[in-house]
Amino acid sequence: MSDAALPQWRRRTTRAELGRWFGWLALVALFVFCWEIMTQDTIWAFVTDAPTQGADIVGRMLPPRWSYLNALWGPLWDTLNIATLGTLAAIVLGVPVAFLAARNTTPSVTFIRPLALLLIVASRSINAIIWALLLVSILGPGVLAGIIAIALRSIGFVAKLLYEAIEEIDHSQVEAVLATGASPAQVMDYAIVPQILPAFAGISVFRWDINIRESTVLGLVGAGGIGLQLEASLNVLAWPQVSLILVVILATVVVSEWVSARVRHAVI
Amino acid sequence: MSEAAAYPSTWRRPPAIERPLLRWGLVAGAVLYLVLAVGSLEVNWLRVYEGLERGWRFVAGFLHPNFTDRWEDIAIGMQESLTMTVTSTAVGILLSIPVGIGAARNLAPAPVYYVCRAFIAVARSFQEIIVAILFVAMVGFGPFAGFLTLSFATIGFMGKLLAEDIEDIDEAQAEAIRATGASWLQLINYGIQPQVMPRLIGLSLYRLDINFRESAVVGIVGAGGIGATLNTALDRYEYDSAAAILILIIVIVMIAEYSSSYLRKFLQ
Amino acid sequence: MLRLQGLTKRYPTGDLALNGVDLEVPAGQVVGLIGPSGAGKSTLIRCINRLVEPTAGSVFLKDEELTRLRGAALRRSRRRMGMIFQEYALVERLTVMENVLSGRLGYVGFWRSYLRRFPPADIARAFGTLDRVGLREFVDKRADALSGGQRQRVGIARALQQEPDLLLVDEPTASLDPKTSRQIMRLLREVCAERSLATIINIHDVALAQMFVQRIVGLRQGVVVYDGAPEGLTPEVLTRIYGEEDWTRSIRRDDDDEASPPVIEEACLEGLT
Repeated sequence: MSDAALPQWRRRTTRAELGRWFGWLALVALFVFCWEIMTQDTIWAFVTDAPTQGADIVGRMLPPRWSYLNALWGPLWDTLNIATLGTLAAIVLGVPVAFLAARNTTPSVTFIRPLALLLIVASRSINAIIWALLLVSILGPGVLAGIIAIALRSIGFVAKLLYEAIEEIDHSQVEAVLATGASPAQVMDYAIVPQILPAFAGISVFRWDINIRESTVLGLVGAGGIGLQLEASLNVLAWPQVSLILVVILATVVVSEWVSARVRHAVI
Repeated sequence: MSEAAAYPSTWRRPPAIERPLLRWGLVAGAVLYLVLAVGSLEVNWLRVYEGLERGWRFVAGFLHPNFTDRWEDIAIGMQESLTMTVTSTAVGILLSIPVGIGAARNLAPAPVYYVCRAFIAVARSFQEIIVAILFVAMVGFGPFAGFLTLSFATIGFMGKLLAEDIEDIDEAQAEAIRATGASWLQLINYGIQPQVMPRLIGLSLYRLDINFRESAVVGIVGAGGIGATLNTALDRYEYDSAAAILILIIVIVMIAEYSSSYLRKFLQ
Repeated sequence: MLRLQGLTKRYPTGDLALNGVDLEVPAGQVVGLIGPSGAGKSTLIRCINRLVEPTAGSVFLKDEELTRLRGAALRRSRRRMGMIFQEYALVERLTVMENVLSGRLGYVGFWRSYLRRFPPADIARAFGTLDRVGLREFVDKRADALSGGQRQRVGIARALQQEPDLLLVDEPTASLDPKTSRQIMRLLREVCAERSLATIINIHDVALAQMFVQRIVGLRQGVVVYDGAPEGLTPEVLTRIYGEEDWTRSIRRDDDDEASPPVIEEACLEGLT
């Protein structure tokens, strides 16, 4: 029996194989095209020089100026407040939006739901620091602009995850409460809220954790917190202070992530 | 059934936290924190009041966005943002695969594991904008610094999620492949890849979306992209041009979200 | 007690789930509603308490017509109809007591229910009902900590807490093992006798239905094709309801010990914990 007589096995048909190759080729072509456009003004001498520059900066950064730590407690407190108060505000505003956006709780699928979804995508598309840039230009620099910026960015995040959780609830529990003759508000309280409460707590704490990280940089555009010190130190090229600030940020973020993981673990 | 009098007529829901001291301690702590946090807010209400007029101008700008006056700048910014997004996502994902494998406890030897985990922790802790500042200092202004920043952030993000996915795989399947005498690379290819691939594709599309949003931010510190245009517009109080840029960002994010959910369905 | 006239339901998809159903259930009678999947059993009982809106026909509870009611009037009529579900439909993250008390939601205002400050009589009644279904010890347990049979008992307690005139029971045993199924059916039969409730039980298991109900209604494609005593379920009748199959083995034999009329048995509380 010759080899040709044996049945051949191939993972894909020729057509599928061709399609895959074409897909990959298109991706590579897109990458090369974008790369060419992006780097047309790049000065390669600077890029090749980067390792030396990087080593130089690291050399200047070390050792961190530990004594500067005492000047950072105030800004750190502000950073914490921006994240926490901003998250709280986002929760207060985001929860109603979530109920308006969820298919099973919205008062109107044709009018209100698309509006709520638009609000969510608008809030999610714009980064907190851009909101901060805008708010500093409107309200002036300060912690308030930071809080509002964090809140505006987080509304969409909280509302999106929460409305997905609302849409996934077990409908039979709602039916059961409805069948007892409960009013809509009671159905909300007895059938819907208990089902989404764990998701709600998880989402809130998760966003708080992200917001801690975001609020460390809001100061760069004047919206308060430890970013202000970073900006000031960068302006005078005080690299040892920069490195200390980076260490403090790293520690804060690690701690907040740990807290958030613990809380989420506790509520689920 | 009739001797209802024999049954207690009061009932209290058991509290969520059993120990009263802990329960009230947490409540008191939260209240105290809120009082202190709100108390430490320093708001210049006069400045805020003056800002309201600019706020209205911004809202008006949103209703009548001005795409034409700054179209040149907007086009260049958008081109930089989009190309930066594509290239950094591709490079970031490619590099995140070895990092992710290295950070999976069930695949990597201990020293590799710790190095990769530490790298991921650092990459995730620093907001993109801080990383961008450092890269701008190293390679100079322009989209190349932005590209490096977003690639770096992508490695941290994808690496962590990929590592978690690999750690969560069904061990039995990997065992079965190992039992055939497969090499380490064959194990990855046959035992691991099929299990994590679908989610990896989904996450890649999600990260593409995030990278675009972040590309609007890194421009604020000179790393190229639409953020620089936006910053200039806001500095000059040109709220109608700023609104036009924000609307463009929102629209592109919306398109990306819709097409990625479509693409995900198509690929499955 | 309950009277259905020409009850019809057509879903927006075009499926005719109920086609002119006429049915009368007197107080104290337990009716078993059987029929193949998709025959409209669930739709029928949901049309009675209007979880599903009937397309045509009318529903009379005592002498009140229910299909035109809206808002508060609909809620007042719903509290007269207790409903028990296939997958128990307890609010899993609430305690057993809260689930039972939720049967009183139609009677108390929002703030009272929100603060869980139900009238003392309601609470005493809830303790009584829980005692009746054998779950006195589980008052403060969360519903998701209970076994299937225990959850269904809480479901029954919640329905009884409404002090209903009518019980609508949707596949009460579909998720339970055979022994627990019998216990639940026995409990249902007893409480209906105690309180002379009109009851409609949707059920898949023909033999189980024959054991515990006084009257069988067979539904096929939204039409009543059999209405009579459980003993009248001959293979021909079952073929009319379900279609062709060898039925001889799934019909209860006459010497089955459960054939006797409803008796309250101590045994129904066995194996609870």
